[in-house]
Amino acid sequence: MAEVALRKVVKRYDDVEAVRGIDLDISDHEFIVLVGPSGCGKSTTLRMIAGLEDITDGDIMIGGDVVNDVPPKDRDIAMVFQNYALYPHMTVAENMSFGLRLKHYPKAEIKARVTEAARLLDITDLIDRKPKQLSGGQRQRVAMGRAIVRNPKVFLFDEPLSNLDAKLRVQMRIEIKKVHQKVRTTTVYVTHDQVEAMTLADRVVVMNKGRIEQIGTPNELYHKPATRFVAGFIGSPAMNFIPCRLEEVGGKLNIRLTDRISFPLPPARAARYSALPRSENLLLGIRPEHLTESHAHLEPGVETFDTVLDVTEPMGMETLVYFGLEGTPVCGRVDPNAGAKDGAPMRLAMDLNNMHLLNEATGVVL
Amino acid sequence: MSTLAIDKAGPTRKVKLRSMSRDRTWALRWSYFFLVLFAIFFLIPPIYMLITSLKSSAEISAATNPWWVFHPTLSNYVELLTSNQFLRFFWNSSMISIVVVIVTMLISIPAAFALARMKFWGSATLATGVFLTYLIPDSLLFIPLFKVLATVQEFTGIPLLNRWYVLVFIYPTLTVPFCTWIMIGYFASIPKELDEAALIDGASWLQTLTRIFIPVALPGLIAATIFAFTVSWAQFLYPLVFTTSIDQLVLPVGITTTLIKGDVFNWGQIMTGALLGAAPPLVIYAFLMDYYIAGLTAGATKG
Repeated sequence: MAEVALRKVVKRYDDVEAVRGIDLDISDHEFIVLVGPSGCGKSTTLRMIAGLEDITDGDIMIGGDVVNDVPPKDRDIAMVFQNYALYPHMTVAENMSFGLRLKHYPKAEIKARVTEAARLLDITDLIDRKPKQLSGGQRQRVAMGRAIVRNPKVFLFDEPLSNLDAKLRVQMRIEIKKVHQKVRTTTVYVTHDQVEAMTLADRVVVMNKGRIEQIGTPNELYHKPATRFVAGFIGSPAMNFIPCRLEEVGGKLNIRLTDRISFPLPPARAARYSALPRSENLLLGIRPEHLTESHAHLEPGVETFDTVLDVTEPMGMETLVYFGLEGTPVCGRVDPNAGAKDGAPMRLAMDLNNMHLLNEATGVVL
Repeated sequence: MSTLAIDKAGPTRKVKLRSMSRDRTWALRWSYFFLVLFAIFFLIPPIYMLITSLKSSAEISAATNPWWVFHPTLSNYVELLTSNQFLRFFWNSSMISIVVVIVTMLISIPAAFALARMKFWGSATLATGVFLTYLIPDSLLFIPLFKVLATVQEFTGIPLLNRWYVLVFIYPTLTVPFCTWIMIGYFASIPKELDEAALIDGASWLQTLTRIFIPVALPGLIAATIFAFTVSWAQFLYPLVFTTSIDQLVLPVGITTTLIKGDVFNWGQIMTGALLGAAPPLVIYAFLMDYYIAGLTAGATKG
């Protein structure tokens, strides 16, 4: 087991810069998830750590050693691929032991390690089957087993759950978390699914256009996003961004959303934003769960407004409501018993204690 | 006219409403019709060969029904199989074909692996080039090849002309390009992640080839083997040009040169020789085809 470090890592294909200078420190035993939209450079970064791609510039260190020119087999890593990449002509046991057999481990130790990994992953019964006799979830377990038996310094996962159906994905997510709790190997996991990132990671690295947007724990990213990209990417349904500006009303700082709607800011927020220029174009970032039905007794900092709902989506435990604020589509989450109906007027409450204010031009959270 | 056309629209609509199973039945009937037609077309020559091989020379030249054997005899078979000459042709053909298959595989597999997987400068152009060399007809090549061999023989003193073993060097010029091309296709269809996984597991390129690629691409390997064997076994032009002594001949050339004397065609033995000559490829196909089909269906579901 080891820590992994990336220092100003750059990857250039001809004239396209896929990764534009990444700095990242992953500590021992840590579970790091690289997340971002397709083409953001997350898979390339992982493949550079694996040694499957050369790096154009910078350094990659595993366990303190620079591995830029070390071939994959000598980096002591194991990788799990999206399409499993099991050897179709070998049984499960042969698949798992292939790496150990190439390194001429004693037969008894190979058997012991395969048995232990199979037990850990609950695939003991499948050990003599060929990959084509397995379901998608079972194949993914075997792929993980192949990684575990090697007892590597680092696990690398490249979108391992993308080929599974939704239900199995949730199940395997939990399995992966359980396995990591048991083996504690440093893990780098790539996904485009922010839910996977949030649920699995010790720390999440949000990437966009070849750069790191933000690194933080799942809670940090959710509650304190640094940029509009992170704020919009993490969380489902996504955060609402409503054009707004600040104004002074009777000596108090207000936020004006539309001609009709202007709310006084809670004292803590007012103090934080008081220095901002009043004329600047800003965005109010508010998550759907902070736009709820109105109650008789409202907390301080919660403001109400009336709107007409466009569409409602009953989800069972909650109902998502969609409406427009001067042309900006907005989503809220209300109680299923709050009486939300398509096309009906409704009074909603906005919790400004959980608001974010963004610079519209730069996308930076203020 | 136009009214007539409208009247006829009724039955046409009915045709459209026909059930799927009826469509299927018709499709099957047509399939069987053409398959039977093809089978007859392709089976007539070998059947005629078989009938003729069972006749005596006298019966062949007699004006009786050529499709029936009135006095069946195995004399043609006995004569051929006890003649040292014919067995020599058989031996030469077998040796050449087996060695050519081995040589072809030893060259084609690593070449295809390199061209399919190791991306190097010009690899795509080279892959196309390999295939293009196959398109040059051998009838254009045999004169320059003969000149080359004659020159080499002259300078080195190694006897190359009129020696059966020289065909072992010449046939791969026909088999290697095509077999490489087939194998490139099979290797390219193997997911990239498979060799990356092997690379991470610690396999060298050679181990990736022998322990992953060759077993996974076995159907392709068998297809290439069948092709190389067939080309060597049935080759006529090159052995006709490069070998002349009776003891150096291969089957197809041997049969035509020794069983046709002047304008006398020994039809019974020619047909017997052709039939016996066609047997080894048939046996090999019958044996390998099972593996070939099994391999194809196993590869269909990606592991």
